[in-house]
Amino acid sequence: MARAVKTRRKALNTALAWAVGVLIFFPILWVVVLSFKTEGDAIKTPLEVLTAPWTVESYGVVQERSDYVKHFFNSVVISVGSTLLGLLVAVPAAWSMAFVPSKRTKDILMWMLSTKMLPAVGVLYPIYLLFIQLGLLDTRLGLVVVLMLINLPIIVWMLYTYFREIPGEILEAARMDGAGLREEILYVLTPMAVPGMASTVLLNVILAWNEAFWTLNLTAAKAGPLTAFIASYSSPEGLFYAKLSAASTMAIAPILILGWFSQKQLVRGLTFGAVK
Amino acid sequence: MFLKHTIRAVGAASVLMAGTAMAETITIATVNNGDMIRMQGLTDDFTKKTGIDVEWVTLEENVLRQRVTTDISTKGGAFDIMTIGMYETPIWGANGWLVPLDDLPESYDVEDILPAMRDGLSHDGTLYAAPFYGESSMLMYRTDLMEKAGLTMPEEPTWEFIREAARKMTDREHGINGICLRGKAGWGEGGAVITVVANSFGARWFDMDWNAQFDTPEWKEALTFFVDMMNESGPEGYATNGFNENLSLFQQGKCGMWMDATVAASFVTNPKDSTVADKVGFAMAPHKEGVSKKANWLWAWALAIPAGTQKEDAAKKFIEWATSKDYLALVASKEGWANVPPGTRKSLYENPEYGNIPFAQMTLKSILAADPKHCCEKPVPYTGIQFVAIPEFAGIATEVSQEFSAVYAGQQSVDEALAKAQALTNDAMEAAGYR
Repeated sequence: MARAVKTRRKALNTALAWAVGVLIFFPILWVVVLSFKTEGDAIKTPLEVLTAPWTVESYGVVQERSDYVKHFFNSVVISVGSTLLGLLVAVPAAWSMAFVPSKRTKDILMWMLSTKMLPAVGVLYPIYLLFIQLGLLDTRLGLVVVLMLINLPIIVWMLYTYFREIPGEILEAARMDGAGLREEILYVLTPMAVPGMASTVLLNVILAWNEAFWTLNLTAAKAGPLTAFIASYSSPEGLFYAKLSAASTMAIAPILILGWFSQKQLVRGLTFGAVK
Repeated sequence: MFLKHTIRAVGAASVLMAGTAMAETITIATVNNGDMIRMQGLTDDFTKKTGIDVEWVTLEENVLRQRVTTDISTKGGAFDIMTIGMYETPIWGANGWLVPLDDLPESYDVEDILPAMRDGLSHDGTLYAAPFYGESSMLMYRTDLMEKAGLTMPEEPTWEFIREAARKMTDREHGINGICLRGKAGWGEGGAVITVVANSFGARWFDMDWNAQFDTPEWKEALTFFVDMMNESGPEGYATNGFNENLSLFQQGKCGMWMDATVAASFVTNPKDSTVADKVGFAMAPHKEGVSKKANWLWAWALAIPAGTQKEDAAKKFIEWATSKDYLALVASKEGWANVPPGTRKSLYENPEYGNIPFAQMTLKSILAADPKHCCEKPVPYTGIQFVAIPEFAGIATEVSQEFSAVYAGQQSVDEALAKAQALTNDAMEAAGYR
């Protein structure tokens, strides 16, 4: 009896989880469906859309009109570059805050997070002027730096949380065995924090990949990533939904595939501590 | 021997550098619409003629506006040509941000550009942007539904007639709305439509002392009429409908009439996308009985050169090419006259081949009816018809249109919205030093 109730509850939970999953994924699924329709069919009622013939016409047009490879390459460089650079800064910062905290560590962490609360447009002009002065406008390097700075609070916070769960005694033992700071971070701390670091890297790659304010405002013809690629198909005066959907599908496909293959690590990293 | 090699090396380097210098590249920021995309496809013709390469940055209209405004106001130099509208051009021209286009060659025939377009893209008589395509507003209607309603559409209908026709055409059971109009908040969306409707009721945004005019009977009559007509015969949820939503409804046969941009005519008559392509008629934008101004707006997407660009000459060459008579002929030869960017040159409308297109003459008539220097029945201190060409307008009009959209959604009354619009506009104008 109890087992039957348990099984029923499990089935209900599974059904509920699937329902929520489908609900969240539905807009993406619909974009993919529209991308395989003609512009004329894409604006019809949902049932008519589904029964309309399938075509890859929009992909052909997008491929012909835009340089997908260039935008894709820019996206990879910017998202991976900003994440790696962020790690370089964040690992020592999180280490010091986790293992040698001061009275103000909590305040510093909160202050770092508070920078995320500032609307990006508020600092658009100062950053734009700095970019002009430094010759960074429309360069991948400029975007790597800006996105690293924007995502740095999240990287530090995540790493700090993982590092805190590593018992200080292990590091102490390493020190007693004669490990210096470099060895301690590289050979003791990092291997133990790998799951946490992996999920931090993945999450930040996704955040940087999807970032659309700075990548649109600081680029022109050279460094525009896939967000600029999508933006070129959006129009308030003309129905180009099928082409826009095709461009969106092409832009999100790589990150969707990456997320699909790394979902285990991502979920584990986000839900468990470093050494559990 | 060493000297000989050095001379050779220097010579080779000079040749290489000369080659590099010759292959000049200009960067153009533009919007994503049919005519602009077509131009991108034809750029090879320009490169072949001049040896100048072109790089395109295509963005959605609102993103583009923010992007180019940031760049030009900071002298960023990211673009050599910017696609801007009739709203920005006179303001940026006055700020000294644009290169004057007062030395175009005789062969370009600047006099051929429609006077309304030239005026709207000039400041103090100097042209600052060359129109790539121009538009006004006009009424598109279903000829079959008009016939069914037992009515004949006059060439210059009044709002009273339109309301009556909309009522008769409405067939809720079959999902047909008598009239579709934009209600979406935003100065360029629903804000543009209600402004021209108000103009055609004798209203205006400001009097000659820059006092807001939303407390006048004309505005009250216009907004009340609009809301009543849309509640009677408009689509459900029209408060969030913009150009694209109405285009979609019309193409699917769900609108009896639609007043919007003249460029929509080519979309609704294209059998590939529209289910009613062969049943569309065109008329002038309506007006209230006794008011001479019709609900015509005027807009152009134009090409301008930001001051300070290092490639001014190359940019000018491109503008001359893209807005020339030859370019129109090039598009016609490749894609047919129906796909030529409309609304900029007189000669296009004198061309009998173009004149045969069903909406061509109505487009021209609508553009000619719009006068950006005299938008309204009463005198105004500003240029522009569906907008006021001052930097503060975009912000003010967006807020005002949000108040009006709240009326369309049934969240507040006409009187409440007008009172709020009056107060917020006067406050903003006072803060900006106009009053």
